[in-house]
Amino acid sequence: MRSHVPALGSIVAVAGVLVALPFLLSSYNVSLAAQVGIYFVAVLGLNILTGYSGQISIGHGAFMAIGGYTTAIMSRDHHTNLVVTMLMAFAICFVLGLIVGLPALRFSGAYLALVTFALAVSVPELPLQWSTFLGGTGGVQSTTTVSDRWIYGAAWTASAILFLLAWLILRGRAGRAFRAVRDSEIAATASGIELSVYKTLAFGISAAYAGVAGALFVMATNGFAQPTEFSVILSLQLLIGAAVAGLGSLWGILAGAAFVGLLPKVSTSVPLTGTDHGRDVVFGLMVVLVMLVLPEGFAGLLARLKALVRA
Amino acid sequence: MEAVTSPLDLLRARGIGFGSAIVVYVLLTAAALTLLVGCLASARFASLTVQGVAVGAAYGGLALALVLIYRATHVINYAQGELAMLTTYVAYQLVQWGLSYWEAFFATLAIAFLLGTALQVAIIRPVQHRSVIATVIVTVGLFILIDGIVNWIWGADIKVLQSPFGTASWDVGGVEIQHLYVGMLGVVFASVVVVWALFRFTKVGLGMRAAALRPAAASLVGVRVEWMLALGWGFAAVLGAVAGLMYEPSQLLLTPTLMQQALVFAFAAAVLGGLDSPGGAVVGGLAIGVFVELLGGYLPQVISLNVPFAFAVLLAILLVKPSGLFGRREVSRV
Amino acid sequence: MTALLELEDVQARYGPVHALHGISLAVEEGTIVAVLGPNGAGKTTTLRAVSGTVRRSGRLVFAGRSLGRLGPAAVARLGVAHVPEGRGTFSELTVWENLRLGAYTRRGSIEPELERVFTYFPFLSERRKQHAGTLSGGEQQMLALARAFVQRPRLLLLDEPSLGLAPVLVAELFRIVRELNEKEGLSVLVVEQNAHLALQAAQYGFVLEAGKITLAGTSDELQADDSVRRSYLGY
Repeated sequence: MRSHVPALGSIVAVAGVLVALPFLLSSYNVSLAAQVGIYFVAVLGLNILTGYSGQISIGHGAFMAIGGYTTAIMSRDHHTNLVVTMLMAFAICFVLGLIVGLPALRFSGAYLALVTFALAVSVPELPLQWSTFLGGTGGVQSTTTVSDRWIYGAAWTASAILFLLAWLILRGRAGRAFRAVRDSEIAATASGIELSVYKTLAFGISAAYAGVAGALFVMATNGFAQPTEFSVILSLQLLIGAAVAGLGSLWGILAGAAFVGLLPKVSTSVPLTGTDHGRDVVFGLMVVLVMLVLPEGFAGLLARLKALVRA
Repeated sequence: MEAVTSPLDLLRARGIGFGSAIVVYVLLTAAALTLLVGCLASARFASLTVQGVAVGAAYGGLALALVLIYRATHVINYAQGELAMLTTYVAYQLVQWGLSYWEAFFATLAIAFLLGTALQVAIIRPVQHRSVIATVIVTVGLFILIDGIVNWIWGADIKVLQSPFGTASWDVGGVEIQHLYVGMLGVVFASVVVVWALFRFTKVGLGMRAAALRPAAASLVGVRVEWMLALGWGFAAVLGAVAGLMYEPSQLLLTPTLMQQALVFAFAAAVLGGLDSPGGAVVGGLAIGVFVELLGGYLPQVISLNVPFAFAVLLAILLVKPSGLFGRREVSRV
Repeated sequence: MTALLELEDVQARYGPVHALHGISLAVEEGTIVAVLGPNGAGKTTTLRAVSGTVRRSGRLVFAGRSLGRLGPAAVARLGVAHVPEGRGTFSELTVWENLRLGAYTRRGSIEPELERVFTYFPFLSERRKQHAGTLSGGEQQMLALARAFVQRPRLLLLDEPSLGLAPVLVAELFRIVRELNEKEGLSVLVVEQNAHLALQAAQYGFVLEAGKITLAGTSDELQADDSVRRSYLGY
């Protein structure tokens, strides 16, 4: 995304495929493709945080939860248009992300991981505590439900828009600042980059993206927002997706999103045991193997292939 | 030229300023006094505290494992809890196959050591120097993988591993202290002391410390740094195994989720104590154990919030002292 | 007679940057050899090439063994002690622990070594329980040298030992190095910016400039050489 704008040709190709897919696939597969779109948005946001500004968060599932509950509650209480709720989720999570990002400045590395981990564990507990407003274990049901195709369209449209937004941000001053921070905080500060501003900004942006993904997520599960949907595992999956994606490539993000969106579902049908646990074994193993083989993620693989082709 | 080595200088050498040292000592003394007063005043408080100390010992043991690995390889091993859980299941299986509890216990420790070492060599070593996030994700993947394996082999239904400590208890001034809590504390404490002694007094231990402190300088004196890191993982796995076995030894109710909450608390304990401070990890574990038990005992209505509450307190402490109670302030060399 | 250490057409690089462009030098057993040259010439890299701390290619032979692909720990075990720039001491460990680490590759009791060390560096005996970080710069340099000695190496690699030390201490340090060389038969390859001191202590020297050896000879020859005198001896 920084040094290689995906060639116009590949963008058109991807767009073309995406437009055609709903007409070619069964309803179930369309919903799977929609899931990938949802993860695309979330992974894109997290990739900005971890890849570009170098901060690791295992708590972005919490922002998805907040975005998801926003949608459900606004729909339940005010019958708000779903697209509007997505915008609200974006805004609310952006602000919350800035708030979280601010104290995170004092922490680095492992400490930040713990703080975001705390978020991931705590936020899903909140509905259980304030069950009248937030629905408790029963969850919150929005009044409008949508079809798989609607979700598919919404997810990938949002992906396209947010990808463009990310591209615009990253090629500008903010992007340069992010990269400077990631490469060397000390050098970045020395060259006058206001660290706190950009680190907090990165947090806000990634949280906003996760919020939108959460809104779509809830819509995809029949408009039902439930605490169990947003467990710590979700945050881990997002981080895995961001890592598999690697840095600086549209295809990487697609790969990352597909990896966490599809692999768990696909590995259920692996004849290991056919149970949920077969899924975990395969998924876990794949995560470990992929990271061993591609520590720089899919984007790293592409970069190496390009270098090979040039040579 | 004389060099003074007062305790204050040693603290300074560790990057702990005078001001924050005072804060820490005051905090700890206040906490200790509160506990003492509470125990003397109320039998219920005392028994909750004893329980907290026992559980806290397990958290501390697991936290120590995390710190060990962090000091050596600068990663948080998110799979530490699952590893501990796995080794506990191994112990269960050995008992099912006819070994006595203590035979299974020590066999499990040996297996844990080998497993930890093997993991470092096979999985961590290849990525460690390439990418921080890759190393993190590998441990996350390991978390998921182990969880899956345990569920697959043993299933999710509850298994029982009989405690070796029995159900009797002592009566101390009106407070019922169960044998098993003393046993839990004793075993974890013994394992911590053994590992500590190893690091402090043996040549290998010195090599491990050197490898963790300054790998480049260590290799110049002939320390095989990579092997030291592997050993570190091995010993961390042993500590984790002990923590897992001692976690709920009344009747060890084994489920695959056994150590997940423990990992959360152990992580918090490690950070609270300071990620590079082994002593801090143990103190942190005990503190969190006691805190959570007391909280659960006196405010049961917020029981579903006890984790977030503990975290809120932890966060407050970290905001004041970001490197943890006993941690060294990270000095980045420019 | 083959030398203790032989380097032939050795190249070394840091990533894409080449620091040594094919150097050849030798250290005879029982001698002190100095490597002189300006900043950035590659003197430190030369030592790193020997100890295996940097990527190198070419022929490196120590005591008949090829150093080839060996890493620093393996080279240390062969009998090479490298005292790097920055001393390589562990400030967080005690003096005694630092010395103990010096003997890491040795088996058996190290008491005799420690006794010998304390005769050369008496102050270390009083300070053995202190953390190395609380020692002064000069004392730490002495500790580094002592640590290397405990290793009982055949070859000592000394990187800029005079850096940051008061002249009195530097003189003392070189005196000890010469004594170790004469009494214990320790061979030394020393990199020094202070050419005067280095040539006084050494029997043989090489001048390194921009990654290449430009001059070689006995220390007398080098001290008499015009270009050396102008560039490095200041007269």
